[in-house]
Order: sequence, then C-alpha cells, then structure tokens
Amino acid sequence: MSDRSSYGLGRAELHELYRALTLTRAAEERLEILQKQGHVTGGLYRSLGQEAGAVGAAFALRRRDDGTGDFLAHTVRAAGALFLFGGELEDFFRQYMAKGSGPTRGREANLHWFDFQKGFVGPVSPLGTMIEIMAGITLTFRMRGEERIGMVFYGDGASSTGAWHEGLNFAAVQRCPLILMVENNQWAFSTPTHKNTRVATFADKGPGYGIGADSVDGTDVLEVFDTVRRAAALVRAGEGTRLVELRYFRRLGHAQHDPQEYVDPALIEEWEKRDPIAGYRDRMLRNEWATEEELSAIEEEVFERCRIAAESVVEEPNPDGPSAVYDVYTDLDIARPWTRAEPAVP
Amino acid sequence: MTVHTQIEPVAGPEHLLKTQRGEPVTMLEAISEALFEEMVRDESVFLLGEDIGVYGGAFKVTRGFLEHFGERRVIDTPIAEGGFTGAAAGAAHMGLRPVVEIQFMDFISPAYDVITNYIATSLYRGAGPMPLVIRGPVGGGNRGGPFHSQNVEMAFFHTPGLKIVYPSNAYDAKGLLKAAIRDDNPVLFEEHKGLYRAPALREVLPDDDYTVPLGVAKTVRDGSDLTIVTYGAMVHKSLSAAETLDVEDGLSVEIVDLRTLLPMDDDAIVESVKKTGKLLIVHEDTRTGGIAGEIAIRVSEKAFEWLDGPILRVTAIDAPVPYSGSLEDYFLPQADDVITAARYLAAY
Ligand SMILES: Cc1ncc(C[n+]2csc(CCOP(=O)(O)OP(=O)(O)O)c2C)c(N)n1
Ligand SMILES: [Mg+2]
Repeated sequence: MSDRSSYGLGRAELHELYRALTLTRAAEERLEILQKQGHVTGGLYRSLGQEAGAVGAAFALRRRDDGTGDFLAHTVRAAGALFLFGGELEDFFRQYMAKGSGPTRGREANLHWFDFQKGFVGPVSPLGTMIEIMAGITLTFRMRGEERIGMVFYGDGASSTGAWHEGLNFAAVQRCPLILMVENNQWAFSTPTHKNTRVATFADKGPGYGIGADSVDGTDVLEVFDTVRRAAALVRAGEGTRLVELRYFRRLGHAQHDPQEYVDPALIEEWEKRDPIAGYRDRMLRNEWATEEELSAIEEEVFERCRIAAESVVEEPNPDGPSAVYDVYTDLDIARPWTRAEPAVP
Repeated sequence: MTVHTQIEPVAGPEHLLKTQRGEPVTMLEAISEALFEEMVRDESVFLLGEDIGVYGGAFKVTRGFLEHFGERRVIDTPIAEGGFTGAAAGAAHMGLRPVVEIQFMDFISPAYDVITNYIATSLYRGAGPMPLVIRGPVGGGNRGGPFHSQNVEMAFFHTPGLKIVYPSNAYDAKGLLKAAIRDDNPVLFEEHKGLYRAPALREVLPDDDYTVPLGVAKTVRDGSDLTIVTYGAMVHKSLSAAETLDVEDGLSVEIVDLRTLLPMDDDAIVESVKKTGKLLIVHEDTRTGGIAGEIAIRVSEKAFEWLDGPILRVTAIDAPVPYSGSLEDYFLPQADDVITAARYLAAY
C-alpha cells in the first residue's frame, strides 16, 4: 500500500498507535534507568526495533475488559501488545522489581502475568508451551460458540520446539481460532535463524500444517495492523488457525547482560535506519495525520507517565518472605520450615 | 580411590590451560577444563547444545571450544532439547560420546521422554550401552524465578539405568565430569550456578589426568556428634553451620558430600551414622519426594540400631521457586536452619 494509506484508520486511532509505540519504548528505557539504580530483579529484555509488531498486531484485535474480548499470549518482547490489552504500566514495573504489590506478588518475573478479564495470559519461560495453552483457550471459544479469537506471540527460536509443533498441529486440526505471531528478529539468543530452521520465511511453515500464513514487515505498524486484521477476519469467520511472520531485527542483546558481540555492527546500523517509531512519526507528519505539536505532546505525556509510575512503584514494599507458602494449592497451605518456628519441632 | 595418570601437555586456548600453568580455577573453569581435556584425549567426544558454539554457552563453559575443535564437534543446536538429546542417543549407539548441554536444567523437561524411556533403558533392552552425559546449570539463589532455578535430580532419580552427579567444588567437578564422560552409562550432571564462579571455591588442581569415581561420597568434615549428609551448594551452607556449631555449642559435626546421587554411596552414609548416631539430611531441592526420604530409608534398613534420634531434614519448602529475593531467601534452606536442626538433634 502507498505511504499515504492509513488503512481506514482515523486520526485518533493513528495517534493511539503512536502512543502505544512510544509507551513501549519509554517504559523499557525507564526500566534501564531503574536497573542502573539497582531496582530491577533478574534480566531485562528490550524490544527495541520490534515495537510495531506487537502494537500493530494487538491493535487489530477486539480488546475488552469484561472477559468477552479476544485473547493475547504475549512474550517478553511484546510489551506493546500487553499494554494495549490493558496491562498496567505500574504492574510492568512491579513485576520487573519483584514487588509484593505486583500481579504475581513477586513470585514470577517481568511480563509473566495474567488477567483473564482483560484477556491476556503471560508466558512461561519454557519456549513453545504457550502455543499449546492458546490452542486450548481458543478451542474453548469454539466449543462455546463464542466469536473470540486468540493470538500467541513467540520467537523464531521457539519455532524449533516440540511444544510449538504439537500445539500448532493440534490447533490446526481442531480449527482453533488462533493466530500465531512469530517474532522473527533473526536471533535466538546468539543463534542465527538459519541454525534454527531451513525455511526462508516462517510463512513457509504454514502449508506444512495445512494453515494459511502471511509474512509482514514488522517495522511498519500499519502494514502489521492491516495484515493481522485480515488474518483475524478469516480466523473469526471459521477458517481456524493462521500464522503471521513479523520480520525485523533484534537491535540489542538477548537481554541486558548480552553485549551481542556475535552480531555484525553493520547490520545493527542498517536496522537502526528502519526504526519503527521514527519511521511512523515521519510518515504521520508527511501525510499530515498529526502535527509536530501533537506528537511531542504524546511523547511528553508518555515519558511523564513512565517516570511517575516508576517512581511510585520503587517505594512499594517487597513481598513478605513467609508469603512464599501461599497459593501452592487452592485448599492447602504447605508447611513452613520447622526450623523457623518457635519452638522448633520437626 | 582417585585415579591419577600423567597427561601430555596440550596446546589450546589460554583460559583452558590454567591448571597446566599451576593457576587456580573456579568450578566453572574446572568443568571447562574437563570437557576440553576429554575432547583432546578422545576424538569421539563431542558437544551439543543451545548457544554453546559462537557464544560459548549461556554461562561460557564452552568459550573457545568452537574455535579450537570446529563446528563438527561443537554443535549449536536449534531450541529443541528433546530433539538433540535424542540425536545424542543415536550418536552414542554409533560409538560417539556426546556431551549435551541444557542451557538451564529447568528446560530438560522436553527431553524427559527420551531420557527416561529410551536412553536409560537402552542397555536393558539389548540396544547396548549409552555413553552420554547431559549436563547443565541448576539451583537457586540467583533470583532466577521458577524456570531458571530448579534442581532436577528427583525428576530423574526414579529412573533405573541413569546415573546422577552433583559436585560441590572445582576438584570434584573436574574429576567427576571426566569420569562421567568415560562412563558407559548415561549420566545426568548437575552444576550449581551459584558455585560456578564462587571466589571461595577457586583452587589449584592437580595437573594430571585425575578422575573422581562415580558413586563414591566424600567426608568433607570429620566429627563425632552428628552427621550431615548433603551435596551441591548445601555442602557450603552446612560447613558454615558446622563452624558456628563448633564455636558456639562445642558440637562436632561430620559432613558427608554425596557427590554422586545415583548410585548412592550407602557405605559412606552408614559408616558416618554408626559413628555419630545422629543424622541430618540437607538438600536445596524441595521437601516432598526429595532425596532425604531415600537416604532415611536406607539408613533405617542398614543402621537402625545405631540411631540415637530421629532422622531429620532441612530442605526448600514445597513450592515453585519464587522470583523475588525476599521470597527466595525464605524458600531456600539457610545455614541458620541447619544450625537449628542440628541443635535440636544434638539435644535429642
Ligand atoms: C525450552 C527452552 N529451552 C531453552 C530456553 C532458554 N532460552 C530463553 S530465550 C532463548 C532464545 C529465544 O529465541 P527466540 O525464540 O527467537 O526469541 P527472542 O529472544 O529472539 O525474542 C533461549 C534459548 C527456554 N526458555 N526454553
Ligand atoms: Mg528471536
């Protein structure tokens, strides 16, 4: 489509996309500051250069907060999708800081959290598992005759797992209303894509499972939105499972601790020129979808939101150690260490 | 028991020759040296795993290996633990000796099927020995959360045909890993990531080709009042507890480091229990179904008359490993727990 096409989106929607993109980046940049100050527990994962994939895709779904909307399974690199589905910025910081006030009460890391009313289920670390889980979630939609669909994000590397294959095959056979979003950022930790697969594009995997697949420039938020919107219509209409490949590049290391010396700096430079946010910003101005003042105001607003949210969350308490025993079962509390009771009796 | 034979000095990356130069190594470096020396010694040894080649492994255990041995023997795999562990088994059938790295042992689960149903049963089914090692980092204390902190021994302990090794220090890690690679049975080799670079564990190792036999425990502290049986990172928490108990209570604690969990060195445990009459088992793994139960029944079978008190255990609580520091510290067994339990037992 031409540069001028806004794919039928109105001014407010185009602005909302920009807000979601800048929020993703600003939130992650704020995390880096928090990490330098020693507030972040564990690893920090950036989605620099991948923001448009998450935002454009999630924007194409029905987002509700009453348990009737579409359903998202995001990854650690799809914060933009999580925010669009109503994931709170404060909770994002709480999770990374392992706060007791966070949605997992300090038990789980970063973007690994859940809200079934808003319609999102956070990942587990073992890769591929969420395809299986989302097959079951969307199977339920179909069984109940609901108009809802699901979307599961995962990486190029995760596509190699047995869980990916089994989950996708199950979903395909059962015609589960599910869109698989493969975040092809060309790296799985230090492993380049060609060592994880011999297909040239992940869309090539679709036919092997009898499902339709698309491949899209993951740095172009409108192109992503449009591709996923069309895929979603087919899936919702009963076609069953589909796959969409997002093509882009992981511009930072796997996590903050990885200086990615194995990546050719020239490649990174090349992809910097295709920054999804800068590109979309220019396009909005060029086509007069927004004024410079409007965009600056969004940037300012998002920056302030992140700053204020982070500052308030830093002050919140860490979880109370003994609360580690709760919620292992619905109806039982597990034993506390007898050596910490008074008097100590085994 | 330890076998020493002189080896020819070899050429290789500087950082893999520290022992040859008489320099101290960390436990991680000791593991790297073991892998390196075995690959030099035996052409049939090769490595498989995620990010082990170009990157040198998530923890850099195989840094420099790709450059030295080439892509044929250092294989960066797709993310498919079941797939490449199964492929390792096939290569073992053909006479190779694969060493599989699981990036974090929490992710061994996709390979559970092939390990328990295929690999561990191979010899018994008449398909021949299975000389392969599956190694990787385990253990908590790093704020890794539920999927980067688990101990996996008990998921596999109930698998006849498998051996399970869990070293606590650099010397043992090197000697045990060499023995594991030379063993004709499949060996699961757990490396506690909190010990990898622990400065206190740096030591100068013998510069010969020593191995430490599998299935033999080691008494790491002599004592007469009480026995602690433990392994891995808990050896160090137990040692520190024993110091406190000595100074503050005048208690003499003996500590047995299992080193190999399967097969278990019953004799070493029983001998110590017969000497002290009191047994405390300490493991970092969760409580229910932990190895303490197995040790207790063996002692009950073999040394019941010598016991002067109940067999007790200090372990993690029965929960997934939590992420936040405050929760994880509560979850994990601490030196103070060992002290409390030992005092209770000593007074019994
Ligand atoms: C089953 C499994 N094996 C190994 C890992 C360790 N691991 C975490 S992320 C990662 C690379 C993932 O690459 P990709 O799927 O492309 O996602 P990206 O990080 O590029 O977004 C690996 C190997 C894991 N989480 N799960
Ligand atoms: Mg990737």
